Amino acid sequence: MSNYIPVLLFLVAVLGLTGLMMAMVIFLGPKRSNPDKELPFETGSAPSPGDARERYPVHFYLVAILFIVFDIEIAFMYPWAVKFRQLGLFGLVEMLVFAAILMFGWFYIIKRGALKWK
Amino acid sequence: MEIILFIITALIALASALMVITRKSPIASVLFLVLTFVCIAVLYVMLGAQFIAAMQIIVYAGAIMVLFLFVLMLLNLRGNQGWENISPARIGLGFAAAGLLLLVAVAWLKTAGSMEVAGLDPEMGTVSAFGDVLFQRFLLPFEIASVLLLGAIIGVVAMIKRKPLAELGEDKEGKVS
Amino acid sequence: MSIIQIIISAIYLVGMIGFISVFALVAIWLERKVSAHVQDRLGPMETGGWHGWSQTIADMLKLLLKEDVVPDAADKPLFKLAPYIAFTGSLAAFAVLPMSANLIGTDLNIGIYYLIAVSSLVTISIIMAGWASNNKWSLFGAMRAASQMLNYEIPVALSLLVPILIVGSLSMQELVGAQAGGFWNWTIFGAHLGGGSFLLLPFTILAFVIYFWSSLAEVNRTPFDLPEGESEIIGFQVEYSAMRFAMFYLTEFANMFLVSGVAVALFLGGWHAPLPFLEISPETSILFHNLIGLGWFVLKAMILVVIQMWLRWTLPRLRVDQLMHICWKVFIPFSLANVLVVSLLAVLQS
Repeated sequence: MSNYIPVLLFLVAVLGLTGLMMAMVIFLGPKRSNPDKELPFETGSAPSPGDARERYPVHFYLVAILFIVFDIEIAFMYPWAVKFRQLGLFGLVEMLVFAAILMFGWFYIIKRGALKWK
Repeated sequence: MEIILFIITALIALASALMVITRKSPIASVLFLVLTFVCIAVLYVMLGAQFIAAMQIIVYAGAIMVLFLFVLMLLNLRGNQGWENISPARIGLGFAAAGLLLLVAVAWLKTAGSMEVAGLDPEMGTVSAFGDVLFQRFLLPFEIASVLLLGAIIGVVAMIKRKPLAELGEDKEGKVS
Repeated sequence: MSIIQIIISAIYLVGMIGFISVFALVAIWLERKVSAHVQDRLGPMETGGWHGWSQTIADMLKLLLKEDVVPDAADKPLFKLAPYIAFTGSLAAFAVLPMSANLIGTDLNIGIYYLIAVSSLVTISIIMAGWASNNKWSLFGAMRAASQMLNYEIPVALSLLVPILIVGSLSMQELVGAQAGGFWNWTIFGAHLGGGSFLLLPFTILAFVIYFWSSLAEVNRTPFDLPEGESEIIGFQVEYSAMRFAMFYLTEFANMFLVSGVAVALFLGGWHAPLPFLEISPETSILFHNLIGLGWFVLKAMILVVIQMWLRWTLPRLRVDQLMHICWKVFIPFSLANVLVVSLLAVLQS
């Protein structure tokens, strides 16, 4: 627990630094606003019609959920890697079964062409 | 010292949890949820469960919240679902559910007895202790978790690949190329 | 933890922030110089005299004096908050980076896992920035950047498992400490698990290569710089100006040092010298032991940083489908198989 006090201090220090930098911008920077400046920037041409918050292709969602599955797998692998010496062959077989089941899922993703990004 | 930190963190967690359900903009709700998760991770650290705390941040605050944000982009919620659209009956049901939950919580706390946090082994929450328990005592649940994850993969691929991709994402001019 | 220890670590952490800022200034200048010389130009030569050394200082002053424009359509609180979160998330990871034997913010029991956790929060801030800007280009850029950074977290975490398997700890100082005594003991050569044999050599080198390439994607460097693509593609930071833009920029350069530092600590011996006699033992002088260690660490990390710059100005950018292809069909299966092969060899040997 006391190991985490420096982490807390560090966060406070970083927030202090960012606050200082932003305060400098507020005091030093000019504030000359005009309607054109406040428009969305689209590389110089007039903003295209329509709202930016449109619906998105479902692909991003697929990628995110596949990421979560593999992220959880890795979260299980970290304690295994640390205890690996003590667990020995037994631990290895355990992890091989776990990884094999997930790699079956991986093959399914590839076979169905779910990652063909067009 | 510890109790002050606990009170501050717990208050931030509660306040941001309240913000999650009261904000109009769904994106703001998700970001307050991230803050709640970070506060819960701090509470885990204070209990000595360091590995769980890091996992909380990686899996919940880092990964699942990004998924939520992607879902919001998918659904196109414009933040106009205010309180005025909710019927009084639903609010009443909500309070009833909260009351029942409170009842269960009180009943559980009465039977749970007191927990001696101070008497726990300080090494209890380290990765190594976590690995010991996970890979020996909870071997079967660990292996079953992989089947659960496999189910998630197959489910999402089956749902998304039901139609050819061309029909799903074509309404966007700039797309991703 | 006593008050004195807290004060010492506070001083160290402030020094660390100073180091990161100086590093960012030097690295931005170096990046321009490297790019210029790769393209047979000279780069900045005027500001400050010798090879334009104070160019980035002048740039930072300019950014400080610029107007902080917040577009009308933007979601103002989120727009203003996003750069803070990116910057804090990136710098918080430095708290566990072992700069030398004693120069470390805090040697956590979960060290490297904490680092992965904290840097995963940067993704959230990028989506925040893109969405809050309410600009079509920003939002597209943010979605692209977020999915790239998410996906490449998997090969990064998987390839870092190899040193962890070999050493059996997540603590940064223990991971570095196991590599003491000359370059042949470094994890990248995989010797200390096989008791002196170099059986693991191909696998540890593969792990290092996968880590290094995926970390380029994590910090949005070429060939994975789709989130920024300064000339053609427009990224999530297009609406940002003045110091808020500078914060995203500083974050990128701080991350360059961070990923190089992790590679050094886990694969390349950390603060240990390549040959044992190039170190000063802590018995002789604890101060010089740390200073020399710091020197080696920064030198090795800087070499990797320069390699990142060199790659940036040499390789073309990948398309988004190629990016996904490399991550899911090459890096993930290979790094997972690599972890399993290393553990199998280790079991066979014991």
